[in-house]
Amino acid sequence: MDRRNFLARSAALGCSLAASPLVTPVSFAATPGDARLVVIILRGGMDGLDVVAPYGDPDFDALGRPGPDMEGGAFDLDGHFALHGALAPLRPLWQAGDLGFAHAVSIPYRDKRSHFDGQDLLEAGVAASDAPLPDDGWLNRLVQHLPGASAETAYAIGGEPLRILSGPAPVNRWTPEADLRLSPQAILLTQRVMQSDPLMAAALDSAFALAGGDGDGLAFSGSPGDMMAAMRDDMMAPRDRHRPGRVLAEFAGAQLRDAARIACYSLNGWDTHKAQERHLALSLEQLSDSLLALQEALGPEAWAKTTVAAVTEFGRTARWNGTQGTDHGTGGAMVLAGGALRGGRVITDWPGLGDGALYEGRDLRPTRDLRAHLAWLLHGQFGIGRSTLQTTVFPGVDMGSDPGLLL
Amino acid sequence: MYDPVLADIRYGCGRSLRIAPPDSTKALLAGLTAPDVMARAFPIMAFDSFSKDLLVNAYTLGRISRLTRDTEAEELALDQIRRLKRRARKLQSEWLVAQVARRMNSATPLRERLESFWADHFTARGKANVMIQAGSPYVESAIRPHLAGRFEDMLIAVTTHPLMLHYLDQHASAGPNSPQALKYPGKKGLNENLAREVLELHTLGVDGPYTQTDVRQLAELLTGLAFTAEGGTDFRRPLAEPGAETVLGKNYGGDHPARLEDIHAALRDLARHPVTARHVAGKLAVHFVADTPEAELVSAMETAWLDTNGDLMAVYRAMLDHPAAWDPRPANAKQPLDFIASACRALDVPQDMLRKRVGIALIQPMRLMGQVWQQPPGPDGLPEADDAWLTPQGLAARLQWGFAMPQALLGALPDPRDFVETALGSRAPAEVRFAAGAAETRADGIGVVLASPAFQRM
Repeated sequence: MDRRNFLARSAALGCSLAASPLVTPVSFAATPGDARLVVIILRGGMDGLDVVAPYGDPDFDALGRPGPDMEGGAFDLDGHFALHGALAPLRPLWQAGDLGFAHAVSIPYRDKRSHFDGQDLLEAGVAASDAPLPDDGWLNRLVQHLPGASAETAYAIGGEPLRILSGPAPVNRWTPEADLRLSPQAILLTQRVMQSDPLMAAALDSAFALAGGDGDGLAFSGSPGDMMAAMRDDMMAPRDRHRPGRVLAEFAGAQLRDAARIACYSLNGWDTHKAQERHLALSLEQLSDSLLALQEALGPEAWAKTTVAAVTEFGRTARWNGTQGTDHGTGGAMVLAGGALRGGRVITDWPGLGDGALYEGRDLRPTRDLRAHLAWLLHGQFGIGRSTLQTTVFPGVDMGSDPGLLL
Repeated sequence: MYDPVLADIRYGCGRSLRIAPPDSTKALLAGLTAPDVMARAFPIMAFDSFSKDLLVNAYTLGRISRLTRDTEAEELALDQIRRLKRRARKLQSEWLVAQVARRMNSATPLRERLESFWADHFTARGKANVMIQAGSPYVESAIRPHLAGRFEDMLIAVTTHPLMLHYLDQHASAGPNSPQALKYPGKKGLNENLAREVLELHTLGVDGPYTQTDVRQLAELLTGLAFTAEGGTDFRRPLAEPGAETVLGKNYGGDHPARLEDIHAALRDLARHPVTARHVAGKLAVHFVADTPEAELVSAMETAWLDTNGDLMAVYRAMLDHPAAWDPRPANAKQPLDFIASACRALDVPQDMLRKRVGIALIQPMRLMGQVWQQPPGPDGLPEADDAWLTPQGLAARLQWGFAMPQALLGALPDPRDFVETALGSRAPAEVRFAAGAAETRADGIGVVLASPAFQRM
C-alpha cells in the first residue's frame, strides 16, 4: 500500500468512529487513561550548549562562546549548567520540579547534518540507513499501541505536515483558524462530489467534524450574505501572528483537557548560523511562552498528568563560527516539562568539551540516543512495554537503564 | 494523447473563458520562447532596481541611525526606515497581484508554472530589513530569464545572487586561511550553509555521491562571494580561501589567485552531473505529472538532460512527449497559489479587486492552505506530496475560499452550469455538473465546482 492510500484509509477509519460528523460534534468518553504527552518539534537545530550552557565545564570558555548572561536572567541550575536568560520566565517551573533537561543527546543521525534528513528521522523515529524512511511517524506508532485510543486521541496542530503523526492510526490535524460554515445543501453537495477521491473525501469528513466540533457548528442557516460574512470573520479571526507558540499551545491545551491525550506542534527559528544571541533569544521566548500557555490551558489537574518533550533534529557546533553563530552539529539538549515530570534536573552522561571529547573535534558528543529518553517517557506515561518500544515505536533503540524521568 | 483541456489544467494556469489553450505540445513549448508579454503587462521590479532603491536606502538609514544614537536625527532615520519597510511590504503585495494577473491573462501559462517550480527549487528568502520583500525581484531577475535556457546558467545566477548569498549566509563566510580570517581570528570564518544546500537540494540531492569533505571544500571554494546594495554580486578576494579546492574529486583553482570563474566552473560541473540530471528531472516530473512518476518518464527526461548538458527545453520536451504526461486521470493536487490563481482565471476576477482585497483574497487564505507567501519553511521549499496539501485544514481553507470569496470579488456571479464548463470543460465529471445545477444559490454552485477533485487536482 502506498503512502497516499495508507493515509486515506486511516483518515476514513477515523471518521467511521464518529457516528456522523455533521450531526454529532465528536467527543467521546473512551480515552486511553489520564496521561498526556505533548511533543514540540524545534525545527532548525537548537543549540543545546547555549540553552543549557555547561558553564562549569573547564573547557567551556575555550569554545569562544559568550557565557550565560547571569545579569540578563540566566540562572544556575546545578553548578555545572546554567539556563539561558530568555527562559527566565520558566524559573518557577524549574523550582517546582516541572522542568528538566536531557543533555548530550541526539537522534542516531551523524555527519550529513541536513535539517531535512534530521527532521525526517526525528519524526520517523528510526536510525539513519539506506532503506527508505517508513511512511509512519513514531507518535502514530505510539497511538497504534495505546489501548483505548480513538480518532480523538492525537492532534497534529498547525499548518505543517507533521509526519511524526502520519500513519495508519487515525489522528486529527487542525489549525484554529480554518473554521467553516456552509449551507446544509452545500455540505451535502460537497460530500457528493468528493466521493470519487478517497484522499479528499477523508480530509473533508475530518474537516467537517473539526469545524462542527468547535462550538459554532458547521451548518449555517442564515442568508447567503450572512454566511459569507461569518466565514470571512472566521478567516480573519483575531490571532496573534507573532506568538504562534501561545496560540498553538492554547489549542493543544483545550484538546488535551478534553478527549485528546497526545498533541504535537512545531516551533521554528532555531537555525542560528549568524547573530545567534539575538535570534536564539526570540525563539526561546516563543518556547517559554508556549510552555506557560500550555500549563495555563491545561489547568492544574491535567497539567499534573502531562509531560512535554521539546526535541530538535541536531545540536550545533561547539565553537562559535565566523559569523557570531553556530553551524549544524550533532549532540544537543532536549527540554522536558510537565507536572508528571520528575524535573529540576539536568540528566546527562556528560562527555566533556575538550578537543578529544568533542565529536569529530567539532560537535558536542552525544552520549545517549534521544529516543531512549522518549521511550522511557512513553513507558512511564502510557505503560508501553519495552519490547514494543524497542522494536516497533523506535526500532533498534537501546533503552538502557531507566533515567527516572517521571514522578 | 495531447489534450488541450488537460494542457490548460496540468501544464497551464487553469481554464479561461477568454484565452484558448495551445493546440499541440509544440505550441505549448513554443510559448516559452515567445516574447514575454506578461512580464511587460504586469511588471515586477528587477532585483537590481530593488537593490539600488530600497536596499541602498535601508542600509544607509541603518548606518545613520547607529551613528546618531539617542539624538533627534536617529528618530528621523528610524521613521524613514519604517516608511521604507511599509513601502516594501506594499510592493510585495503588488507583485503578488501581478503574479496572479500573469497567471490569469497568459496565453503561455506554462512559463508561469515553470517560474513557480524553479523559484521553489531555488528557494531563497530575505531574513532581515527590506530584504524580506526581495523575493519577487529575485525570481524576476535570476530565474525567469533562464526558464527556457540551460540549467547551469540558472544555477550560476541563483547561487551567486545577493538574496541567496544573504539567505544561506554565504556573504559572511570567510576561508579559514583567507586574509580576513587571519586578520580577525575568531571573528571571521567559514560558513557551510550555501555549499551544503547547493549539493543537497539544488544539484545532486541528499542521496547524492558527496561527503562532508565535499561540503567543506565547496564551502571554501565559494568564499569570496559577497554583494553590495549598490553593485550587486561582488567577488571579494580578501574573504576567499587561497589554493585549490577539490569537489567530487576535481580540483578548482589553485594556480592563480581565487576568482569567480572557478566557482562558475564547479557549478557547471555539478549542473551536468548525471546524479543532478536524475534528481532534478525527477523533481520536475513529480511537480508536473504525479507524486510517483513512471520511471520511464523520468529516465527519458534524464537522458534529454545528459544529451544536451542540461538544456531545459529538451528536458521539458521529453516530459511532454511522453505518454505518461497525458494520463487523463486527475493527478497532483494544486498548490495553494495554483488553486487560487486558477479560480481567479476561470472567474475572470477584475485586477483592481485583487489589489484591494490582496490580504483576504490571496495572502491570508494561502497561509491557511499551507503556503505562507514568500516565507517557505526552509531551503527545501514547499512539499510536493498531495497529502501535504489535501489535509482537513488545507481543504477547509480551500472551501472557505471557494464558497465565500467569488461573491466578494465579483459584481455578479456566473451561472454555475456555465462555470462548470468554463472551469473544467470536457473534464467535468457528471457529479460535478449535477451539483453545479442542483445548488440553491449561485455562490454554492461556484463553491462546489471549485471544491471538486476535478478542479483541485491537475
